[in-house]
Amino acid sequence: MRRLRDMLLASTLAGGLGLGAVPSAPAQELAFSQVERGRYLATAADCMACHTNIEEDGEAYAGGRGLETPFGVIYSANLTPDETTGIGRWSRDEFYRALNEGVGRDGEHLYPAMPYTHFTLISRADADAIYDYLFTLEPVRNERPENELPFPLTLRQTLAGWKMLFFEQREFAVDPDRPQEWNRGRYLVDALAHCGACHTGKNVLGADKDDEYLRGGTLENWFAPNIRGGVNGGIADWEVEDIVRFLRDGRARHTAPMQRMGEVVGLSTQHLAEEDLRAMAVYLKSLDDRPREAPEAPDQARLEIGAAIYFDNCAACHAADRAGVPYIFAPLGSSNKVAAEDPSTAIRIILGGARAEATRAAPSQLAMPPFAWKLSDRQVADLLTYLRHAGERKAGPVSASQVEDMRRYLEEK
Amino acid sequence: MTKQRPRVDVVLIGFGWTGAMYAEKLTAAGLEVLALERGPWRDTHSDFATTFAQDELRYYWRHAMFQEASQETLTFRNNSAQTALPMRRWGSFLPGNGVGGAGVHWNGQTYRFLPSDFVARSHNEERYGPLPPDMTVQDYGVTYDELEPHFDHFDKICGIGGQAGNLRGEILPGGNPFEGPRSDHYPTPPMQMTFSQDRFGEAARQLGLSPFPVPSANMSRAYVNPLGMQLAPCTYCGYCEKYGCGNYSKASPQTTILPALMQRRNFSLRTNSEVLSVEKTADGSRASGVTYVDTSGEVVFQPAEIVVLCAYPLQNTRLLLLSNIGTPYDPRSGEGVVGKNYCYQVMSSVTVFFEEEHTNGFVGAGALGMAVDDYNGDNFDHSGLGFIGGGYIACNTTNARPIESHPVPEGVPNWGSRWKRAVRENFLKTADVGVHGASMAHRGNHLDLDPTYTDARGRPLLRMTYDFTLNDRRLTAHLTPVAEEIARGMGGREIKVNARRGSYDTMPYQTTHNTGGTIMGTDPATSVVNRYCQSWDLPNLFVSGAGLFPQNAGYNPTATVAALAYWSAEAIVSRYLPDPGPLVRT
Repeated sequence: MRRLRDMLLASTLAGGLGLGAVPSAPAQELAFSQVERGRYLATAADCMACHTNIEEDGEAYAGGRGLETPFGVIYSANLTPDETTGIGRWSRDEFYRALNEGVGRDGEHLYPAMPYTHFTLISRADADAIYDYLFTLEPVRNERPENELPFPLTLRQTLAGWKMLFFEQREFAVDPDRPQEWNRGRYLVDALAHCGACHTGKNVLGADKDDEYLRGGTLENWFAPNIRGGVNGGIADWEVEDIVRFLRDGRARHTAPMQRMGEVVGLSTQHLAEEDLRAMAVYLKSLDDRPREAPEAPDQARLEIGAAIYFDNCAACHAADRAGVPYIFAPLGSSNKVAAEDPSTAIRIILGGARAEATRAAPSQLAMPPFAWKLSDRQVADLLTYLRHAGERKAGPVSASQVEDMRRYLEEK
Repeated sequence: MTKQRPRVDVVLIGFGWTGAMYAEKLTAAGLEVLALERGPWRDTHSDFATTFAQDELRYYWRHAMFQEASQETLTFRNNSAQTALPMRRWGSFLPGNGVGGAGVHWNGQTYRFLPSDFVARSHNEERYGPLPPDMTVQDYGVTYDELEPHFDHFDKICGIGGQAGNLRGEILPGGNPFEGPRSDHYPTPPMQMTFSQDRFGEAARQLGLSPFPVPSANMSRAYVNPLGMQLAPCTYCGYCEKYGCGNYSKASPQTTILPALMQRRNFSLRTNSEVLSVEKTADGSRASGVTYVDTSGEVVFQPAEIVVLCAYPLQNTRLLLLSNIGTPYDPRSGEGVVGKNYCYQVMSSVTVFFEEEHTNGFVGAGALGMAVDDYNGDNFDHSGLGFIGGGYIACNTTNARPIESHPVPEGVPNWGSRWKRAVRENFLKTADVGVHGASMAHRGNHLDLDPTYTDARGRPLLRMTYDFTLNDRRLTAHLTPVAEEIARGMGGREIKVNARRGSYDTMPYQTTHNTGGTIMGTDPATSVVNRYCQSWDLPNLFVSGAGLFPQNAGYNPTATVAALAYWSAEAIVSRYLPDPGPLVRT
C-alpha cells in the first residue's frame, strides 16, 4: 500500500474545475497543470480502486484486482503505460472510445464491470487529461489473470447484446435551468464518481434499472443505501454539510464510510476539492424519492425481545435511546442502513462487524466488533426487526432465514 | 549469525505510552523512526472489543494483558540480608506487555506532580533542614514550569476531564487549589460523580479540606484530539484497570496516537521483537543500535543514530545492566547509579459500609472520583512529623467487578456462609476512601541483576530489594487517620480501615507505579540521565518512563511520565539534532 499512499500524498488538488473550462491541450504538450488535472479527475473517478490489486499490495494502477460480480470474477486492466500489458500503445482516441463506448483497443467489447455506462458521460477534455496523467506513470509490467466467467460470458460477443439493451452512448447534457453547481454535481455523481454503479438497483443482467436511480443497490452482498435527498430519499435528513463531511473527513453525524464506501472515501473523495463535494451534495439533495410504503407490523413479542437484545449488546455504544454518538457511533434511530428496504448491510455488519475508514482528517480506526459468535440468527433477526420498527422511518421485519443466508455467505467467504 | 537491518534514525525500545509519544514527535520532525515491541499488536476491535472485554477471568485472574511471568519475571527480597526469590505470579504490580503497554490497561487517573515534587531535596531541606543521610532523595533537574507545556499537551492528546484549580496563578473554585499553575483548562469537563463522591465531597468540606474531581482519561463526553483522533463518552462500565476499553472511551496509545502515527511513512513498528541489549560503538562513546530477537528466534542487529528506552522502568533498568551501560548501583558504598532509588507507593484505604443507601459501585470508571490534596507533597506543614511528602486522599468508584471486588465489614470471615451473606448485603452499599502515598528514596532500596535466577533465554533476572522506609511508615500512619475521619463523615453504618503495616509484600495488589532505577538528575555521579533524559554515558541514548523519577510522589505517574517524554523529545529535536552531543556539559 505504500506506493499507493505515496501517490495520494503527493497529489495536489487541482479541483473545482468548471465544466469544460479547460480546453484540451495539444497532444505533445504535457503541461503540468494538465497532468495534475488528469490526476484529479482519475482520483474523482476512483480509477485506482479497481485498477490496483489492493488485496495483494499491487502497484498503483497496474490492475489485476479481482472484481466480484454476480456472474464471476473479472480482473481489472493495467492502466500504466506498459507497452505489452498496459495501455502504452493506446492512443487518446482509443482511450476515449473505451470510456465513451465501452470498446477496447482491438474493438472488443468491455465488460460493464468497467462502468462505461457512466464514463460515457465524461467529456473528451477530461478523458484526455486522465490519459495524459496515466501516461506519466511508471510503466508496470503486469499481466492480467484470466477472468473467471462461465460460458458464454467468456465470449465478448455476448456483450454486444447486453450493450444494445442497456448501454447508450451519450454525452453529458448541461441543464441550463439549473445552477452551475448542480450541473457540476450531477456530472461528478453520474460520470466521474459513478455513484450509481453501486447505489442504483440492478436488473438480473446487472444493468441499472432507470427507476431505481440512486435508490440503493446490492453489490457483493452489501446493500449500498439510497442516497437520494428531497423529503423521501434515504438521505433526506442529511444536510449538504453532512454529505460534505462524510465524503471529505469520512465522518458524518449519521454514519461513517465502511468497507467499499470506505475505500471510495479513502482513495477518492477525501482528496477532492470541497466545492466539488458540495456540488455532489447539492445535486443528491435535489433528488426526491417516492414515499415509502408502510411496512407490515411486526409481532409484539419480537419487538420486546429485540429491544432487550439491543439494550444488552448495543446500548453501550449506540446509547439506550439509539441516538448513538454522532461522528463516532452511528445513531440507529435515523440510520439509512437500518431502515433500508434491503437489510443486507445491517445484517452483515451485526454478524461480521465493520470498520470506519481511517482518513487523513479522522485517523481513528473506529470499529464495531462482530456478533456472529454471540447472537443467533433469530436474535439478530429480532434485534433488527425491533430497530427497523422503532426508527424514524419504519421498515419491515427481518427473518431468521435472511440472517442465516448471510451467515452462510460470510462463513464461505 | 546476527542479521543486520538497514540503519534508522531512531529506534524505540518498547511501544507503550512513551514510545508512541516519542514516535509521534520525532516522525513529525522528519526522522525515520522504528519501534520494537516485544509483545503483540493490539487494537480495540480485535483485542478488547465490547463483546468480550469485560472478562474478569481472562484479564483479572489470568492476567491476559500482562507480561508472562513464566518467560520473564523478577526476583524479590525485602533487604540485602535476604535471598531473593522469583515472583512466579504477579501480585503487587502488573507489568504490561504488547503494543500500547500499560496505557491499554490503566485506570486513567491523570494527575500532575506538584512543583515541589520536582525539587524534593532542595525544597524540603530549605524548609525543614537536612534529610537523613540514608534518604537518597534528589531533585529532578527539570522544573514543573519547564514541563507545564508538555503536561498541557498530554491533557489535550488524551482529552482529560477535570476542573482547573490554578489557572495561570488564579485559584478557581472546585479545582485543586494546590496544583501547579496550569496554562489552560482541562479540555473536557469532569466525569459525572456518583453518590459516594458526593458524600466524600461533603465530608471533606466539613473538615475544611478542598475536594476536587479526579483528572480523568475516561471521557466525560466525546472528544477529538489535536491529531484528529476521536474518543467516545465513557459508559461507566467499570472495566478500566487491567482491561482494554472497547468503547474508545479511555485515552490510550491506541485511541489517541497510534492510528495517526501509523499513517506516517517515516514510522515503522516491529512487534514480537524483544530487544536483548543496547550496543555500543567500538570506542564505547555512543550507542550504535540494538540487538533484538524475533519470535522465530532470529537475532537481529538494528543500527540507529538515536536509541530511546521506552519499556517499563523495571525493563529499562535491566536492559542497561545487561548492556553494561552506566555504573550499577552498589547499596553498600552508595556509589553507582543504575538501579538506584527504586521507589514504589504506600497505599492504604478505608471502606465505608452504608445501611440503606445504595452506592452502586458497578457504575464506575477508572478515574471516577473526588480527591483532596491537602495532605499531598508539601501542601501541609511537616514540622515535627518526621517525614516528607504525602499523598492524595480520594474516593474513587473504579468498579464493582464481582470476582475481584466484594468488600465485607470488619470481623466477617474470609469464606463460608457468613462471608457470602455479608457480600450479598454489602455489595451495592460500599464506598472506598483511598490514600495514595508517596514513596521516598532510600539507600537500601534498589534494583540489580539476580545472581541465581534467569529468564527463558538464560539471562539474569532483575532483582528487586525493597521495603517500606521509616518515611513511608510515618507518612501512612499520618494520612490514613485523615482518610478515616473523612470516611466517618460520609454517613455510613460502619467503616473498615485497611492500614498499611509491616514489611512490603509482593502479593496484594497496590499499584503498578514502580519508579526509579534509571533516575534523572543534575550530577552524573548520582543519576543515570540528565535533565533532558539523555544518558550521561552515551549521548545518543535517551530514557523515558517512571524510572526517571528520583523518588515517587503521592500521585499516579502517567501524566508526569508523559510530560517528561514530550520534554525529552522536544530536546532531541531542538537541541540534540543541531548538535548531537551531550546536552548538559559537566
